[in-house]
Amino acid sequence: MNRTALIATAAQVVVVVVGAPLLVGLMRQVRARLEGRAGSGIGQPWRDLRKLLRRAPATPTGTGWAFRLAPPLLLGTSLVLAAAVPLLTTASPLDHAADLFAVVGLLALGTVTLALAALDTGTAFGGMGASREMTILALVEPTILVAVFALSARVGSTNLAEIVATTLHDPLRVASPASLLAAAALVIVVIAETGRLPVDNPATHLELTMIHEAMVLEYAGTDLALIEWASSMRLTILLGLLTSLFLPWGIADASLAALPLALAALVAKAAVLGIGLATVEVFIAKLRLFRVPELLAGSFVLAVLAVASSFFLA
Amino acid sequence: MAVFKLWRKIRQTGRTAEPAPPRPDGGLSCPKAAALRGSVQVRHVDAGSCNGCEIEIGSAFGPVYDAERYGARLVASPRHADALLVTGPVTRNMAVPLRRTFEAVSEPRIVVAVGDCALSAGEFAEGYGVQGTVAEVVPVDVRVPGCPPEPAAIVAALRGLTGR
Amino acid sequence: MNVIASALAAGCVLAAVGVVAAICAPARARAGLVGTATAGIGVAGLVTGVAALSGQVWQARLPGLLPLAGVQIALDPLGGWFVAVTGGVLAAAALYGIGYAGGGHGPSGRGVQAALPVFAVALLLVPAAASASTLLVLWELMALTSLLLVLAEHRARPAVAEAGWWYGALTHVGFVAILLGLVLYAAHAGGDSFAELRAADLSPALQGVVFVLVLGGFGSKAGLVPLHVWLPRAHAEAPSPVSAMLSAAMVNLGVYGVIRVGFDLLGGGARWWWMLVLALGAVSALYGILQAAVAADLKRLLAYSTVENMGLVFLGLGAAGIFQTSGAPTLAALALAAALLHVINHAGFKALLFTAAGSVLRATGTRDLDALGGLRSRMPATTVLFAAGALGAAALPLGNGFVSEWLLLQSLVHAVPAGGVVTAVAMPLAVAVVALTAGLAVATFVKALGVGFFARPRSDPAQTATESPLVMLAAMGLLAAGCIGLALAPAALGPALSRAAATATRAPVDVVGGGVSLRLAGIASTLSPLLITVAVVVAAAGTAALVQLATRRVTRRRAVALWDCGAGPPTARMQYTATSFAEPLQRVFDDVLAPETDVDVTPHAESAYLVARVAYQTRVPDRVEHALYAPVIAAARRLGRLGPVVANGSVHRYLAYGFFGVTGLLLVLAVTR
Repeated sequence: MNRTALIATAAQVVVVVVGAPLLVGLMRQVRARLEGRAGSGIGQPWRDLRKLLRRAPATPTGTGWAFRLAPPLLLGTSLVLAAAVPLLTTASPLDHAADLFAVVGLLALGTVTLALAALDTGTAFGGMGASREMTILALVEPTILVAVFALSARVGSTNLAEIVATTLHDPLRVASPASLLAAAALVIVVIAETGRLPVDNPATHLELTMIHEAMVLEYAGTDLALIEWASSMRLTILLGLLTSLFLPWGIADASLAALPLALAALVAKAAVLGIGLATVEVFIAKLRLFRVPELLAGSFVLAVLAVASSFFLA
Repeated sequence: MAVFKLWRKIRQTGRTAEPAPPRPDGGLSCPKAAALRGSVQVRHVDAGSCNGCEIEIGSAFGPVYDAERYGARLVASPRHADALLVTGPVTRNMAVPLRRTFEAVSEPRIVVAVGDCALSAGEFAEGYGVQGTVAEVVPVDVRVPGCPPEPAAIVAALRGLTGR
Repeated sequence: MNVIASALAAGCVLAAVGVVAAICAPARARAGLVGTATAGIGVAGLVTGVAALSGQVWQARLPGLLPLAGVQIALDPLGGWFVAVTGGVLAAAALYGIGYAGGGHGPSGRGVQAALPVFAVALLLVPAAASASTLLVLWELMALTSLLLVLAEHRARPAVAEAGWWYGALTHVGFVAILLGLVLYAAHAGGDSFAELRAADLSPALQGVVFVLVLGGFGSKAGLVPLHVWLPRAHAEAPSPVSAMLSAAMVNLGVYGVIRVGFDLLGGGARWWWMLVLALGAVSALYGILQAAVAADLKRLLAYSTVENMGLVFLGLGAAGIFQTSGAPTLAALALAAALLHVINHAGFKALLFTAAGSVLRATGTRDLDALGGLRSRMPATTVLFAAGALGAAALPLGNGFVSEWLLLQSLVHAVPAGGVVTAVAMPLAVAVVALTAGLAVATFVKALGVGFFARPRSDPAQTATESPLVMLAAMGLLAAGCIGLALAPAALGPALSRAAATATRAPVDVVGGGVSLRLAGIASTLSPLLITVAVVVAAAGTAALVQLATRRVTRRRAVALWDCGAGPPTARMQYTATSFAEPLQRVFDDVLAPETDVDVTPHAESAYLVARVAYQTRVPDRVEHALYAPVIAAARRLGRLGPVVANGSVHRYLAYGFFGVTGLLLVLAVTR
């Protein structure tokens, strides 16, 4: 573990922490402009967070340690992911935690803490949000792990740094059928995991259509700020993971000199993906809950096809 | 197919939002709004209104007036909110829920009473189901008179909270 | 003398002491004495297992103990692994049982308490058996004593007797299958000791028959679908310390049997065997976790979770066998190591979960998750311990189940496609099954923990619960410490794991190693559970401290009422129940689960249009039981009804049977001479 790796990883965490609300702001602004509105500007989520952090949090009667622990724990898992996933550099000191299965597991752990907090409130909305979130989590797992299989089969390892390094050395692999199919499957996975349209509408007010929002209805002030921040960080990390797996050009190795280029590349790639996601969201509507398994089954078929083509065509 | 048609419509329509009117002078509309600094989350409570004010609030957050550009956003739970937007005279059934909604908001909490019914029970002042005005149930910080008030007035009230 | 020999002898002596204590001691001291003796047996087993895993071997022959064949005992690292796991579980569960039986709650009858030490010693000796007859005798002893233990509370609930019937019938069907397989094997091998069986040379067809029979017998003990139907009943109706021993120690012996016969004695065999094992394991894993996801009875949920975890272990075994027969012994050893690691992880968290469920049952009197809740404030230690077990069972990163699942996935994902098209198709499907199982397990244990322990009590029994006595908490704490150790430092088990796997697959040693992180032979992936845990804890604690510091003067946390949309205080019955939590999953999988609904409308006597009472009942039955067992049982009943027809009491008819029987026999003899 040398000093440059430490500095690069710290830079990575700072970029994610600072840039996540900006990415959400960018997506909201793109959406607003496409809908003909003026939008509140890219910096609005930061203004919201700054204000929320200074408001009093609330502990409803009847809740316990699960409710209290969820916001810092959710943010903690997001910070670990920001340090482990190779966004700016492949030489993270958390390399032994940068296994694709471990990343998937940490994302699931974050979701579980929120679901347990929702059940801890004892309200009907909390239970409903937790129940729906767990159903979607269960149905998304096969797609993720089979897509990981497809990606790691040609590399011989599930370590993220290895996969990025292999893709950097052999760029044409990205255009192979296995890679493209896995990318398509993982895009649907990212949408399901972060609760975007068409799986979940993050801006809805109708409780019966909520999945993620229903779990956080009881949080206020500082707690809510941490949860919103962690959610935007998870979105950023997942979009960054997509770029690292399929568009890794620009990621530095262990040298500090390549960091500015890596930073510019990450910002550009994340911005492009975010704008693309926001644009697509303008054109689609939310699926009803019992149609979501069909969408996830479709993404599973794509992932299985990715594995099959990596075996038979490689 | 539908995607192309929608895309063409977006291109044709362009920007619907009207240019922002000059900022209302007088600074912030209430001292509690100093902590907000450009961002206010609003929870709307219908305490018994005829929905005329709701239509105007819907227009205020719609594409033409676009109250979101000034930092205001509607949220789904009073716990997430800084300000309550209360419409309608307070009916007997809604008095306690309005009070509870107010208490569910964290400090500093702001109440914006929208419409003549919220301010003085308006048309329904003598109704048997009406308990009173909003000020009789929760303390009111900002008043937006009108029956119904124009979306521009609602937007001006929200701008007075965010300072943008 | 040899450590193993002295420890095993100490165990047998303690068993005898325990039986004597059960018969002679007064009722008040009975449970304590027997529990202590059983805990001692457990510790002896742990010592034995650890000694065997560190390389010591021991064998003995006792020709006089069994007529005709004698008893042969030998312990090698593979057997040592299972003895160590069993010993650890027994020690903790017996300690727990001392506290559980006190105060008139648990079983304290003479017969039940006398069966416990004998069961314990039989569990320890099965992996040490070195001949077919020894194995069979010990297996049957284990089955009979466990049957007595399962039936301990039969006077309290009628469901216990039914569970006992199912368990007794199926364990003996399994025993007959193992008996047939091993006897067939021994007959062709010319002797029944494992050494002779290993050296025997059977035709592939005969090997296949033996393997299938043995798989059926041992698989039914481990809970492989479709022979699992006894498991949810027996493990749910047994007293909780016994449930822990059954789920965490006894089912492992089914796995041991398949490894011993399939890998060691038969030497690997044909690939189709292991494809069958893989398929059965995959089906068990999926079916088990689906039933657990929709179960509202806490112990039934845990029992089906055992079916799921054993399914995953068999999936690993199947993969190991496929790799072995395809010529990749290192990969085979890795898959086998994953299966063995999952055995110990499952033993740890399942024993913890069952003991915590037992505490809840003892404190509230109910196992129904729909009636529990709010136990967090009344039983805080039990809640934290259940949460630790649930974290392991859900296979999430900070828990111990994650490590073995990671290892299993690594061995599946890096399968060399030398196995051809079959492997290329089977491995992705296996990964998909493991993934869906993992996702459903997360949902199941969020439900069990969140609905059962958090928020507010849904019924009066949950409201009046009190914390368990210190002895029970100490036992659960030991199990939790074991789970935490397994979660943070699994590489410490690396040498032992490699030795156990190498005994079966005869591969080079050291497939799993490394200090703080897990390093695998032949695969470039590494994992450091300790690093992940420390990172997450530091990040979370740091965040909380930073936020607290930064906002200290500005805000103060306030206690508020729940947000109920202003309408009025939400009652405890407005909370989500376990059934409602699982309803979306039940809907998605209703083709597999086939839930049944009964609506019973009772009209008034005066008019059929006036409804007096409506009763609504919905349940998710075990579909395998309905589809497979009900017809068999119905056919057996029909066959039984033929009895009085054939033997109707008429002397004339019996004389006719005799006459025609003898005449027919004479004719046959005359013709064939």
